[in-house]
Amino acid sequence: MSLTTAHSVVAPSSNAKLIAGTIIIAYALISIVPLLWIFATSFKTPPDSIAYPPKIVFQPSIEGYCNLFTTRTRQTPEYINALGPATGFCDETVRKRNMVIAGPSNFLPRFVNSLIIAFGSTFCAVFLGTLSAYGFSRFKVPLADDLLFFILSTRFMPPIAVAIPIYLMYRELGLSDTALGMILLYTAVNVSLAVWLLKGFIDEIPREYEEAAMIDGYTRLQAFWRTVLPQATTGIAATAIFCLIFAWNEYAFAALLTSGTAQTAPPFIPTIIGEGGQDWPAVAAGTTIFLVPILVFTILLRKQLLRGITFGAVRK
Amino acid sequence: MLNRTADNVARATPEPLAKKIRGISDKGLAWLFISPTILLLLAINIFPLFWAIYLSFTNYRANRPNEVVKNLGLANYQRILGDHDIWIAMQTTAHFVFWTILLQTVIGFTLAWVIDRKFRGHAFWTTIILVPMMLSPAVVGNFWRFLYEPQIGLFSYVISFVTGIPPTNVQMLSNVELAPWAIIIVDTWMWTPYVMLICLAGLRSIPEYIYEAAEVDRASNWRQFWSITLPMALPFIMLAVLFRGIENFKMFDMVNLLTGGGPGSTTEVASITLKRQAFESWRTGYSSAFAIILFVAVFGLANIYVKALNKVKQR
Repeated sequence: MSLTTAHSVVAPSSNAKLIAGTIIIAYALISIVPLLWIFATSFKTPPDSIAYPPKIVFQPSIEGYCNLFTTRTRQTPEYINALGPATGFCDETVRKRNMVIAGPSNFLPRFVNSLIIAFGSTFCAVFLGTLSAYGFSRFKVPLADDLLFFILSTRFMPPIAVAIPIYLMYRELGLSDTALGMILLYTAVNVSLAVWLLKGFIDEIPREYEEAAMIDGYTRLQAFWRTVLPQATTGIAATAIFCLIFAWNEYAFAALLTSGTAQTAPPFIPTIIGEGGQDWPAVAAGTTIFLVPILVFTILLRKQLLRGITFGAVRK
Repeated sequence: MLNRTADNVARATPEPLAKKIRGISDKGLAWLFISPTILLLLAINIFPLFWAIYLSFTNYRANRPNEVVKNLGLANYQRILGDHDIWIAMQTTAHFVFWTILLQTVIGFTLAWVIDRKFRGHAFWTTIILVPMMLSPAVVGNFWRFLYEPQIGLFSYVISFVTGIPPTNVQMLSNVELAPWAIIIVDTWMWTPYVMLICLAGLRSIPEYIYEAAEVDRASNWRQFWSITLPMALPFIMLAVLFRGIENFKMFDMVNLLTGGGPGSTTEVASITLKRQAFESWRTGYSSAFAIILFVAVFGLANIYVKALNKVKQR
């Protein structure tokens, strides 16, 4: 019962704090251990990754990363012996498994696609979102509430339901499996988040700044550019990161609407297959590389996180 | 240029007139700023939605674009409502949504309430806890498939170690009884931090003086929890439930990669059924009708919920 002294005038006792700390650290371990396990797996050799019991201590190897970035073919030992000396670590590792590197895998192009599509759509969504948010924040727009609800409601649609007509539309327009098509789609999904978040941020900037600037002879547009935008930088950056994370993580549209040239990393990573089943170290390596930017962003965003995940509904 | 002239005139004119003139140029600017967003959403969201509504009345199949399209009227909708598989999918979805929300709310609220004690280092550990919800659901589903592998998977190993069940028998993904719980566990692992974060904001929004007053009235800790903490945090809890409910009703990525709807169709939630109908059986018209029904359902639920939310807030 000592735990219930949440906000009482008496500060939580050291005992309560100890129990609280233990519970939270235990839960944090549940959160982080699966991720650490994937990270560790990416440095295991394929036999180590499927050992029983699961290996906690192992000889680290970058074979998973080698397999992630290359495609390999099996060869006879005679063929391999006839080759010149191995060039680099990956070559050597692969040869020990009686294989030779046949060429680069699709991981790098898919990763680059993810970067292009995520950054492209984020830029567009934040650009459109900033303009709209300013419009909704500062001017009397007829039916503003309805328009804002309409903008948000587009985000409630189940992605597969949206994907059916989009698939047909893109087929007609020649946008199937193109980066442009994916950028347009992700912009449309993200712009709702951008408008709602940025409206909150711009609402917090006092109107007096612009009014003062306009009295000094600035036009409305100049006032927006010179006073509002600089003040909104934090909000714009936070919004951009949220849009970036969504586009980076998105799977449903990418899996249904791209198959080759414009495919992003999320639908690609699960398809990494080695001989006799999934090549788990390579999958883990791809997952690790894919998740690192998100970890960095989460740490950067931690103060704005609450706002972002609730469309600005909860601000503190 | 035009704006500046308007401003100069505006400053020289009396207040009511000035307001009017500024209002006009502002109005133009407002539409200039807002219309690109609206146009984009009309093109990418609303136009396809109407197309889907049209398709839902036809027998169109996307893999046979040259076939003559027949108008079926409401036949697709009638067939869906009588389709046994669709009802099973809806039940699976309901089971998934109910248990994920229950578990996430209970665990999330408890964690928030514990973190609110602000022990040393709580900020660091909170950030660690928040990591899973930022990840890609597809990638999470995929690597949990590895953790669930019988014998070699970490999860299966820990379970068999703790319970003593032979390691080859812990088959989370291929056992008909366990598979629905496998997806619930992953979703809870991933999204409990989300509920926790919102609940924490709710707890921190309760002003200190209310507790001080309760203390003066000698209300017990138990009483304080039930009459102050819980009711005042309730709007936040409901907000979290609303967002999670909608998201999980649409759930696709994580389940698709973890089980693909299997074994059989035991984890086939609505979106997976929709994908199978639309992109594997290519029954475009039929699946459009199902998509519209799902869309209306999400919308209806969201609307009811938002109203409930406002009522709670007014209290």
